[in-house]
Amino acid sequence: MDEIFGFPVVVLASQLMLGLVNGAFYAVLSLGLAVVFGLLNIINFSHGAFYMVGAYAAFMGLNYLGVSYWLALVLTPLVVGTLGVAFERTLLRKLYQLDHLYGLLLTFGLTLVVEGAFRTAYGVSGQSYPVPEALGSVLDLGFMMLPTYRAWVVVASVAVCAVTWFVIERTRLGALLRAGTENPKLVETFGVNVPRMVMLTYGFGVALAAFAGVLAAPVLQVNPLMGSNLLIIVFAVVVIGGLGSTLGTVTTALGLGLIEGLTKLIYAEASSTVVFLIMVLVLLVRPAGLFGKES
Amino acid sequence: MSEALLTITDLHAWYGESHVLHGVNLNVNRGELVTLVGRNGAGRTSTLRAILGLTGVRKGSVCIAGVETMGLQTFEVARLGVGYCPEERGIFASLSVHENLMLPPPLPGGTPLSVDEVYRLFPNLANRGNTQGTRLSGGEQQMLALARILRSGARLLLLDEISEGLAPAIVDQIAEALMELKRRGYTILLVEQNFEFARSMADRFYVMEHGQIVEHFAVQELDAKADLLHELIGV
Repeated sequence: MDEIFGFPVVVLASQLMLGLVNGAFYAVLSLGLAVVFGLLNIINFSHGAFYMVGAYAAFMGLNYLGVSYWLALVLTPLVVGTLGVAFERTLLRKLYQLDHLYGLLLTFGLTLVVEGAFRTAYGVSGQSYPVPEALGSVLDLGFMMLPTYRAWVVVASVAVCAVTWFVIERTRLGALLRAGTENPKLVETFGVNVPRMVMLTYGFGVALAAFAGVLAAPVLQVNPLMGSNLLIIVFAVVVIGGLGSTLGTVTTALGLGLIEGLTKLIYAEASSTVVFLIMVLVLLVRPAGLFGKES
Repeated sequence: MSEALLTITDLHAWYGESHVLHGVNLNVNRGELVTLVGRNGAGRTSTLRAILGLTGVRKGSVCIAGVETMGLQTFEVARLGVGYCPEERGIFASLSVHENLMLPPPLPGGTPLSVDEVYRLFPNLANRGNTQGTRLSGGEQQMLALARILRSGARLLLLDEISEGLAPAIVDQIAEALMELKRRGYTILLVEQNFEFARSMADRFYVMEHGQIVEHFAVQELDAKADLLHELIGV
């Protein structure tokens, strides 16, 4: 039994694993995007840029300051999240009263500026970031060889998503966030400092993106456009999953990663479009997304 | 005369370009239940919203417990001990009954009712904790909205049309709960269309028209004002 549907098990398993790794990145990024959109009503186009800044922060930390991967995994989300908070406080906050398009334009503009800055400093060819020593081995699963780092990416992403799900769905803070998504002004009449909650939520979404960036640095090339390339797919994930369900977003992200991986095997030419085809189908059948609530 | 908890002086408010309050003057003393009556569009809801800074631009003065609130943000006004029940009740669909009830954090210096006390006041809510908030009946949602602000420890309650669209038996239950709150010393500013509901509880009435207070009288003067009331609000 070394073939399934005509594909060698090894090949199938490695494609699924690659799909799962991509799905893990989609999950962390789409979660941040969905949380920010839910509470702020802002289509955060700069999400991909913060992901890229996260990867570069890890790269710069290692090369200029000798910051290890593990320390970067903790510090980078804090530092980049703080940058996000500053961006929210100084610029984004002024646009909440205006049409969604203004937020989209501002965050898109920020993306261009940040990408341009990194392109000027580092060029477009990309830098490599070494896999941390402790995760440099390869696990022999019997039917396939699994690089430990890839397994770590999946485990770390799922863990972060699980904690986020728990906080949003099972704690009082999460209840405030969900209520704030529905009617922020009413939540404010309960004496809750909603502007601060919005600011911290934005910072948290940005920190999630930066976390994904550090996770990605050893497996993908660190380059200025890495965020833009991924963000389009992440937007599709959020649209397919629908807003309003943390679990739905994460499940959709992992599922789409796997489907993408399988498509690479079956009909490689369609692998970069399959997510968008699914998006079209889902929008036709369920406009609010697979797990979204019809308003 | 007891001390004023809420004093509104020459309050103007706008929604965008639209000037909705034209110099409102009213005051509510500690422990009083005051009702704001008037026709639809007279500015009653806008008055409640303006107290909390939920309208657009405001001018004039709103003092709560001696603190001028015009420069404060909505959450800062609430922290002075204000609870607000909007006309649409504002029950959160994504939260269970229990989560809705536990949502407001205790206000500084407030005296929150315990969950047991809330259930004694509104027995219909007991055993409904896991139900999605918006799956309750209209009356139960109204009770939940009221119970929720009592959980925050607010002592000045701004209640907007809380009897609207409810069955008479439920309206009676809510009236009983309000009387109990009054006995406990809560201060209540009630916006009400149902005049019968209001007259059984209120100490004083303000009548609004075109964004202004046009008449003000105590419950004892109600009979003497019957003709005027009929003319102003059709009751």
